[in-house]
Amino acid sequence: MHRDHPEVFPERYAHSSAAVGPDGRRRALRIGLGGPVGSGKTATVAALCRSLRDRLAIGVVTNDIYTREDAEFLLRNAVLPPERIVGVETGACPHTAIRDDISANLEAVEDLEEAVGPLDLVLVESGGDNLTATFSKGLVDAQIFVIDVAGGDDIPRKGGPGVTTADLLVVNKTDLAPHVGADLDRMARDAAAQRGALPVVFTSVARGDGIAPVAAWIGERLAAWTA
Amino acid sequence: MTTTAEAAQAAGSGAGALSALLLLSDGRFPAGGHAHSGGAEAAVADGRIRDAAGLADFCRGRLHTTGLVAAALAAATTAGLDPLVLDDAADARTPSLALRTVSRRLGRQLMRAARATWPGADLDALAAARPRGAHQPVVLGVTARAAGLRPLDAAHAAAYESAAGPATAAVRLLSLDPFHAAAVLARLAPQIDTTARAAAEAAGRALTHGPTALPAASAPLLDIGAEHHAAWPVRLFAS
Repeated sequence: MHRDHPEVFPERYAHSSAAVGPDGRRRALRIGLGGPVGSGKTATVAALCRSLRDRLAIGVVTNDIYTREDAEFLLRNAVLPPERIVGVETGACPHTAIRDDISANLEAVEDLEEAVGPLDLVLVESGGDNLTATFSKGLVDAQIFVIDVAGGDDIPRKGGPGVTTADLLVVNKTDLAPHVGADLDRMARDAAAQRGALPVVFTSVARGDGIAPVAAWIGERLAAWTA
Repeated sequence: MTTTAEAAQAAGSGAGALSALLLLSDGRFPAGGHAHSGGAEAAVADGRIRDAAGLADFCRGRLHTTGLVAAALAAATTAGLDPLVLDDAADARTPSLALRTVSRRLGRQLMRAARATWPGADLDALAAARPRGAHQPVVLGVTARAAGLRPLDAAHAAAYESAAGPATAAVRLLSLDPFHAAAVLARLAPQIDTTARAAAEAAGRALTHGPTALPAASAPLLDIGAEHHAAWPVRLFAS
């Protein structure tokens, strides 16, 4: 069987931002994290920062819907120095700010790189939204969609652009599955049916080393980005 | 040849100008406006907008004050006055620090969209001179010029946005019937046109007499509301 090299970035994502800046440096890899309210996006960002901050220079852009709670949670938990975390206000429309009109987010990412860069990785966290919320390819290079077992084990079957097209699907809070009657096998089958070969991770990001598979996936994207 | 071309000629601009104006004025044009309420969020909190009638009063007030000023600044820029001089004129006409900051942020965001949409040397020069953002009406004026539009067109875009921004935001803030919000804008249309013409005429005078000929109407409640709003810990809109 003939096997091509895995095509990690089939499209030139974030194409309005040159991969290599005027100073000859490659800009940071931009990863978007989306998903419904309460699925664990902020917890994932926090765990990723703790896991990766010793070997990578990281910045975070949060898109709070109507508060600064996400940014403040990250600050309070001191996952990064405060100057590396910025919040974008979204005018009651989190999906607009990450998909239809990305100007404020692009500005935040660029300002962050300018102020504290060079950075290796910028995580852009969406405000909690619905199953159709995906990131523009003009804003991020790859995106993670975070759902959780307590939100209903039928979410993978329901699909929607987040579940079906995200570069990585994270099914979070698997430790709660027995308590909420979620059928993980069914979720895995439904996710595979919706996503084909796209990867899915079942984990609890806030437990033990639950973030490890997500951090490993980002490590692979970074290796491909800087190759 | 086509009705669009005829309409564009009737409007006194080149081919495609009318559609360019529609594109530039469309709330879906990705220039950052969706995150701003134009002062509506503060006015809703103060009880000054509760329904469609309150929205109509608010939009009319904004149109004839800061809307007129923005339209005149935009038209003067399109007419060819020095954008950096007009940027200073915009500073002088915006007493609230919060609103000056918002205007520059929106100007920077419009600049990004404009350079991708109608690339040109004038936009590049202004972006280089004001990397943190020129005032939004000034960037709008340079954008209109790059899109082949006239000063009156730029004034129309600014005047219309001064009312349409708060109307869209009010739908989200109050769960206002969207048809009522659209009707508010439709009834304001004659005043929007009048304001745009007045702004374009002032821009014409400014070509001879300098930016002091531009209107300097202000709306103290908008300024005060914006300063309060900027300090709120919890809000839906950035301004």
